[in-house]
Amino acid sequence: MGSDNRRGYEKGVERVQQATSTNPWVALSYLIAGVCFILALRGLSNPESSRRGNRMGMIGMAIAVVTTLVTHVPRMALIGARGAESPFTAGIDWLTTAEIVAAIALGAAIGIVTARRIAMTAMPQLVAAFHSLVGLAAVLVGVAAYLNPQAFGIADLVVPMIGQPFAVIHPSSKVEMGLGVAIGAITFSGSVIAFLKLNGTMGGKPILLPMRHVVNLGVLAAILLLVAQFAHTQDGWTFWALIALSFLIGFLLIVPIGGADMPVVVSMLNSYSGWAAAAMGFTLHNSAMIITGALVGSSGAILSYIMCRAMNRSFLSVIAGGFGASDTAGGAGAAAIDRPWKRGSAEDAAFLMSQAEQVIIVPGYGMAVAQAQHALREMADRLKAQGVRVKYAIHPVAGRMPGHMNVLLAEANVPYDEVFELDDINAEFAQTDVAFVIGANDVTNPAAKTDKSSPIYGMPVLDAEKAKTVLFVKRSMGGVGYAGVDNDVFYRDNTMMLLADAKKMVEEIVKAMA
Amino acid sequence: MDFIAILSIFVLACFVGYYVVWSVTPALHTPLMAVTNAISSVIIVGALVASAASGSPGSKWLGLGAVVLASINIFGGFAVTQRMLAMYKKKERPAGAVARH
Repeated sequence: MGSDNRRGYEKGVERVQQATSTNPWVALSYLIAGVCFILALRGLSNPESSRRGNRMGMIGMAIAVVTTLVTHVPRMALIGARGAESPFTAGIDWLTTAEIVAAIALGAAIGIVTARRIAMTAMPQLVAAFHSLVGLAAVLVGVAAYLNPQAFGIADLVVPMIGQPFAVIHPSSKVEMGLGVAIGAITFSGSVIAFLKLNGTMGGKPILLPMRHVVNLGVLAAILLLVAQFAHTQDGWTFWALIALSFLIGFLLIVPIGGADMPVVVSMLNSYSGWAAAAMGFTLHNSAMIITGALVGSSGAILSYIMCRAMNRSFLSVIAGGFGASDTAGGAGAAAIDRPWKRGSAEDAAFLMSQAEQVIIVPGYGMAVAQAQHALREMADRLKAQGVRVKYAIHPVAGRMPGHMNVLLAEANVPYDEVFELDDINAEFAQTDVAFVIGANDVTNPAAKTDKSSPIYGMPVLDAEKAKTVLFVKRSMGGVGYAGVDNDVFYRDNTMMLLADAKKMVEEIVKAMA
Repeated sequence: MDFIAILSIFVLACFVGYYVVWSVTPALHTPLMAVTNAISSVIIVGALVASAASGSPGSKWLGLGAVVLASINIFGGFAVTQRMLAMYKKKERPAGAVARH
């Protein structure tokens, strides 16, 4: 029986190889899918070409999925169950085929409904949730490959004289699999925590566990040792322990990171989901997966870097966590109470802006929370009708994730060519009549440029205070920004504080302009 | 494909990714994350292989589970990206100046 099994298996392996990596046509179509994904990202270099880019992405995915479906049609027989008969020549397993189609349809329905319903303010949570799914899918694929390595063509069948034949997975595949499931599991549990924090289900304050650096490094070291051990022995327990520890470390890594650092975390998890896909691509020898993994991995890494630079925080200090845990600026806040400041009304604001030649609007996340973006655009429309030039200045961390504020403004029909990045507009404030700051605080704080003792010192900020007049919309004088730092702009001679809910204030200004 | 061939693809793709992503305009960073999310679900390829293979029911069901998860991501990711990108509009030019391009 043993040798019959073997012959049947070998024939099957030949068929698998024809269908997968060694068949040049199949490899070519996966390569084309990979190229489509590159073009999808390339399209995002400007909004005009971006929609075409997104379609390229869909085409690439369709190519990859169809290629796989065609080359991996489910067959009836079980490997080894019928002796000499090759399992790959058996009839099509329609039940399994139907199950696969149903699984895709179910996922498609959930995905499309979610994508249609989600509010743009909730985009960071959605992206975190999506990352967790990629992570979990990678873990499931890894476990499936461990349970049925022959199907993935990563094992040799050993047929002993006595007993059942068993599969021995190639050591290199075991390393790739081990790393793949580890990164996938970290992505999953980390993203779940990030989702809960962004969604407000879990407080944004960092949770600091005792000895966390020692524990984290220990767990990481254990994971690497387990990967090595697994490659060596293929013991079941090493594989399961590896997965369990990876889930744990994902949780431990994200829990101590505060809400202010979430843009970095979301970008970082984006990167991880890519590396997980790449590791699985190595296991399956699939170029589409490897190319995509590399693209997504570097994309997330670059976004993390951009976010860190925008907050003047080193990547390591974000990972170490704890930012925003202590009331660092308690002293500064207390001292500020006595300082004089000017309060303005909606009418004052309407008059000042109507007389201006140029108004720069500086929106922050507070604007989005108050849902003031539509009223804001109406205000801008009125100003433009009166011949005032209106521009928007966006700080990279204005939203809860990279580029978030741009999406929120786009949703409110603000044309994207009126929206400028920090580097492109900062020099213009000095020649601007009115800077209208709404729901932003830390990103306009000049202390970042001058006060070495400030926790935000060194962070690039918008020079709003250089405008002739600064109109600062804020709920009350008491609250301070995310970093808990008082803002010198409030007390300047050229600043007028507009204390009210952002949406209400803008609506009143619009009324006053009529 | 041997390991070195795969590694070459990977390393070169990292470089391509580096340059392509730096050329993405910051205004589109959120759609970038959404679309990278969608394409990283190409992991569905592995899930489909596992679902279609005979021999291990456990492996098959895990594969089907992964197919559902990856499909949510693929369809959700592309759909939400499309929805976002559709919102980015240029300034309305006064009539007459439009046909210049």
